[in-house]
Amino acid sequence: MNWLTNTLGTSIGKKLMMAVTGLSFIGFLTLHLAGNLSIYGGPEAFNAYAEKLHSLGPVLVAAEWILLALALVHIATGLLLFVQNLSARPQRYRVNKSGGGRTIGSATMPYTGLLILLFVIFHLANFSFVDKSHTTIFDVVSRAFADPVYVAIYIAAMVVVALHVSHGFWSLFQTLGLNHPKYMPAITVVGTILSLVFGIGFGFLPIYFSFFA
Amino acid sequence: MTRTIDLTLKVWRQKTADARGGFETLHATNISTDMSFLEMLDVVNDQLTLDGKEPIAFDSDCREGICGQCGAVVNGHPHGHQKGTTLCQLHMRHFNNGDTIVIEPFRARAFKLVRDLVIDRGALDGIIQAGGYISVNAGGAPDANTIPVSQEKADLAMDAAACIGCGACVAACPNASAMLFVSAKVSHLALLPQGKPEAARRALAMVRRMDELCFGNCSNERECEAECPKEISIVNIARLNREFIKAGFFSAVR
Ligand code: HEM
Ligand code: SF4
Ligand code: FES
Repeated sequence: MNWLTNTLGTSIGKKLMMAVTGLSFIGFLTLHLAGNLSIYGGPEAFNAYAEKLHSLGPVLVAAEWILLALALVHIATGLLLFVQNLSARPQRYRVNKSGGGRTIGSATMPYTGLLILLFVIFHLANFSFVDKSHTTIFDVVSRAFADPVYVAIYIAAMVVVALHVSHGFWSLFQTLGLNHPKYMPAITVVGTILSLVFGIGFGFLPIYFSFFA
Repeated sequence: MTRTIDLTLKVWRQKTADARGGFETLHATNISTDMSFLEMLDVVNDQLTLDGKEPIAFDSDCREGICGQCGAVVNGHPHGHQKGTTLCQLHMRHFNNGDTIVIEPFRARAFKLVRDLVIDRGALDGIIQAGGYISVNAGGAPDANTIPVSQEKADLAMDAAACIGCGACVAACPNASAMLFVSAKVSHLALLPQGKPEAARRALAMVRRMDELCFGNCSNERECEAECPKEISIVNIARLNREFIKAGFFSAVR
């Protein structure tokens, strides 16, 4: 197995782990958003969706543990890359101009990543690790979004996710070597659309709760 | 008619690798706009020498954009703001009278500073030594078309081979990564039949050496491609990633 650690331990190997785990999170976000659309069907639809999800039992638990493992890999590798990249240029430039390559998304990956981590912890504490024995998930969520501070935090977090994905999506294809003159333009467009879908799709949910539900 | 301009330079001065460096303000007067950037520095150095001061140390060789020896970060851009040119091919007509120009060396942990604007780019040679070659004795030039190479492949290989090893990609990269350089070197060999037999060993060895030399990790910021004087495309980085995946997971090379 030495060859495996030798391969994954290189700079490109670490990037490959970021790409594969990042792609899995994008898959997760897509499913999560699709499930959350049931909120627009009213309390019954949303509670039914949650119940159905939990009736999966061991499958759901396994998925959660896999997600946790992927998250640990993405976070640990991301932090290692961040530290290594900082130390690769000990002396900074006095004048630092962009040649036009980087975007807000690409320049902020480690920072948006850390903010997402903080948000995920906050989010799980709000909605996942709470006692739901005498209430429904719809009530838990609508009680949280009665507070404008929660609404603001959730919307801000979704802007951060959108930024992370706006660079992450095309970047993961480049990392996996899937850069092709015929498909790359489409991949970058899909990345932009996806980040808008995540940003607006998730970001509108707290607004819907506070004004319409 | 020759136009002349006056400039204020803020130049990084540092006597040795370990000495403390700092910016020195110098004046460049009566600079012909037909001069190259390096000729402008020659004029400033002549005056410094006449004044009994140390001239600015900077590297150059061909002064026609093909050797990769020159280079400095000018107002935040490696090789200056002009796209697709080396510093020796940047002309003073691209500056205005009264401009202040900040001149810094290429900065990366892997490039040790020698003096002022001169850096040691030996790390790039180290990467080439790890695998940027083919080991067969090629002998005399073969007859044309004995080994068929499609025109598209030949063009892609030629584009990658245009890399002059100047290190501007490293200087421009927010992570001081050498991926564009390595990708150009791996690509021009991997695309041609002569380079194929050693492709797997080469990709692994060059990437490992790049990491050992403390270059940063690529995060696809695309600054290298924007600043490269030879306009090497990041499509080569994707090809390097493919070559690395093939070598790391599907070849017998360890
Ligand atoms: C929903 C959550 C997340 C998604 C969808 C996501 C997605 C991605 C994707 C697709 C990439 C691009 C990989 C590549 O360029 O090959 C990436 C890179 C990155 N992520 Fe995340 N990520 C998430 C959470 C996080 C967290 C919690 C961190 C934490 C600390 C983080 C830190 C980073 C960093 C630093 C990079 C840049 C790595 C590099 O290019 O050098 N991400 N992410
Ligand atoms: S890829 Fe471009 S910037 Fe980098 S060393 Fe080669 S010529 Fe210079
Ligand atoms: S001196 Fe040769 S490229 Fe500039």
